[in-house]
Amino acid sequence: MTDIAEWVDGNDIAGATRELFAVDLTVARGRCVTCGRESMVAEAHVYHRAPGIVARCPGCDSVLLRLVRAPDRAWLDLRGLSYLEVPMSALTASEVMPVVA
Amino acid sequence: MAARTLVLDVPDWPGHVAGQHIDVRLTAPDGYTAQRSYSLASAARASAAYAVSTVEILVQRIPRGEVSPWLCDVAMVGDQFEIRGPVGGYFVWEPSRPEPVLLAAGGSGIAPLMAMIRTRKEAGSRVPFRLIYSVRDPDTLIFGEELARRVRDDHGLDVTIIYTRQTPPGWRRPAGRLTAEDLAEAGWPAALAPTCYVCGPTGFVETVADLLVAAGHDPAAIRTERFGPTG
Repeated sequence: MTDIAEWVDGNDIAGATRELFAVDLTVARGRCVTCGRESMVAEAHVYHRAPGIVARCPGCDSVLLRLVRAPDRAWLDLRGLSYLEVPMSALTASEVMPVVA
Repeated sequence: MAARTLVLDVPDWPGHVAGQHIDVRLTAPDGYTAQRSYSLASAARASAAYAVSTVEILVQRIPRGEVSPWLCDVAMVGDQFEIRGPVGGYFVWEPSRPEPVLLAAGGSGIAPLMAMIRTRKEAGSRVPFRLIYSVRDPDTLIFGEELARRVRDDHGLDVTIIYTRQTPPGWRRPAGRLTAEDLAEAGWPAALAPTCYVCGPTGFVETVADLLVAAGHDPAAIRTERFGPTG
C-alpha cells in the first residue's frame, strides 16, 4: 500500500490544465478516438512520472492527452480525444444571438 | 511519522469547495522541482464573513517518496513553499445539494471527505452523511478523535470504521477488507439515490465503486478520487 502509485486519476491534472484553460477541465467529458468510450477527464488514468503528463483512457488505455510544461511554454496534445464537452454557465439571450440594431 | 496535518497560511486565499485540492511545489537549491496534489481537509467557509487565510492538508508519508518525507519530517513552522489552487470540480460537495451522501475512505483518502464533513457542519446542512472509513489498524486511523466527537455533536453523521488487518481489542467486526455486507449495513440503499464519494488507493476505489454499482447505485452518482500515494 505504501508503494508509489503507478498512476493516479484525472483529478490530479486540474491544476496543470487550469493554467491553460479558463474553466476546470476535469469535469469535461471526452470521447476516446480509439475505443469511443466517453468519460470525464477526472476519470482518466494519469501518468506523471514522465517528462510530461500523460492521460490515458480508463477503458482501453490509449493516450487521450499529453501535456508538457516548460518554464516559458506548454505543449498540449489532444489527438486521442475526438471531442471534449465542457460544462459552461448558461449564456444570456444576447450572447447567443447578438442583437443587431 | 506516517501522516501529518499541515496548516498553511495563504494570504488572499479565495476560498474553496469541499473536495478540492492544491498542488504543492517544492524547489531544491539546484532548481529541481517536484510537485504533488494534496486534498484540502479544512472546511469550505459558508460566507466571506468567515474568510480565513489558513487551509489544512493531510500528507501521508511515503518512505521512498521525494515530496512527502520532506513535508512530514523536515518542514517546520515558518517554512514557505509554492502552492497552486484550489483546483478540481469533479470530486466536490456543496452544501446546497439535497441528497444523502455516502463517503467511503481508504487510509489517507479521508482528507477530502473530512473537508466535506467539516463543511456540512460549518454550513449548517442537515443532509444525512454516512462515512465508511477503512484503515489497516488502530494506529493508522486519522482524525479518530474528531470523528468520534462529530458523531456525537454533528446530527445526521454516522461513522463506521473498518479495520482491515488488526482491530482494537473487543471490536465487533473481525479485521478484513470492506465487503458488500459492510456497504449494505453502513451505507445507503440505492433507492435513496445518494451521491457516493469514494477516495483512497486505486485498489480500494475500484473495489468500492464496483460494489456500489453491483448494489444498484447509479454509476453517475459515484464520484471517485484515487488518492495516490504518489510520494
